[in-house]
Amino acid sequence: MADPMRIRASMTGDKVEVKVLMAHEMETGLRKDASGNAIPAHFIRNVTVTHGGRTVLSAQWGTSVSRNPFLHFRFKGGKPGEKVTISWLDNKGEKRTDEAVIAGG
Amino acid sequence: MRIHRVLAGVVTAMLPCFAPAQQDTLKEIERYRQLLQESNPAELYEARGEDLWKTRRGPKNASLERCDLGLGPGVVKGAYVRLPRYFADTDRVQDAESRLVTCMVTLQGFTIEEAKRNPFSGTGAPMITTDPFSGVGQRSVMTDLVAWIASESRGMTIAPPMSHPKERLAYQAGERLFYYRAGPYDFGCVTCHGDEGKRIRLQSLPKMDNAKDAQRAFGTWPGYRVSEGELRSMQWRMWECIRQMRFPELEFASDASIALITYLAKKAEGGTFVAPAIKR
Repeated sequence: MADPMRIRASMTGDKVEVKVLMAHEMETGLRKDASGNAIPAHFIRNVTVTHGGRTVLSAQWGTSVSRNPFLHFRFKGGKPGEKVTISWLDNKGEKRTDEAVIAGG
Repeated sequence: MRIHRVLAGVVTAMLPCFAPAQQDTLKEIERYRQLLQESNPAELYEARGEDLWKTRRGPKNASLERCDLGLGPGVVKGAYVRLPRYFADTDRVQDAESRLVTCMVTLQGFTIEEAKRNPFSGTGAPMITTDPFSGVGQRSVMTDLVAWIASESRGMTIAPPMSHPKERLAYQAGERLFYYRAGPYDFGCVTCHGDEGKRIRLQSLPKMDNAKDAQRAFGTWPGYRVSEGELRSMQWRMWECIRQMRFPELEFASDASIALITYLAKKAEGGTFVAPAIKR
């Protein structure tokens, strides 16, 4: 089971500002280990952010995204106290979903 | 003659440009660091460390919640900035990591070897032939724990105690080690950290007997190394510098490593602790 994400969501003006840290190896598949064997690729493929049943962000990621990725974005239509739900799915089928409550700003 | 004079004029006109250009570069690097700080993955390590502190582990199936880091059993807040210090139960000066080894042994029942295994996280570990540091995707309990413990001192003043004779002895030993030059390159810590304004590529190197430099250096470890995608501890910093100098391997949590850390902590006294920081 993957480690939980660290999510911060708060109001900036009329928008919700969201900052997410995800714990993930994001292995490209191009590196080799100490004995020369290729390390299998392992990376987040899809990221989905929903708010009140509406998808506010959908992203397709690849191996060029860094280890322990940081995602920062804003969206309209959220209010303090409401929930933002973030999920990722990686190429091995592992997934993780976390949510955060929007703080006042 | 005239050409020479003109050239001389051009040269003198150019000279003052160099200093501000370099300052601009440093300022830009500083700005880059601040931008990175917002997205510091050290937070992920801190969260894991906090869980590990409370998790029952080892043959005794106990947590570390009663571990004494110097301010009494279980007190973590502010403990890191008051380390290394003398501990009566072990009769030695210990830093955060060697103290954690002690707690893993006494509270959780691990052997010393088990407690010292995988002191540093594995991915992106330096190219070395000997384990236990390498190994891809290898997580280090020690690194996670020390990240959390350090984070509980964030914003506090670095204040290592220097009242016990053994603390002063560790400081003196650390100082000797710092100035000791040896190995195939006739290198010592002082070779890189004894002068103002030295760099390795774009990394400015702190001059350790300059309080401001030392405070900045000591106050930002542990740090998340973006280039390695890993969190690195103070013990790792010592171990890696010693390796780069082509010295024999510095044993994890050894008296020599603690002496060096004691010396640096004292040099950084009065500075603000901001670690776990983020580094290039």
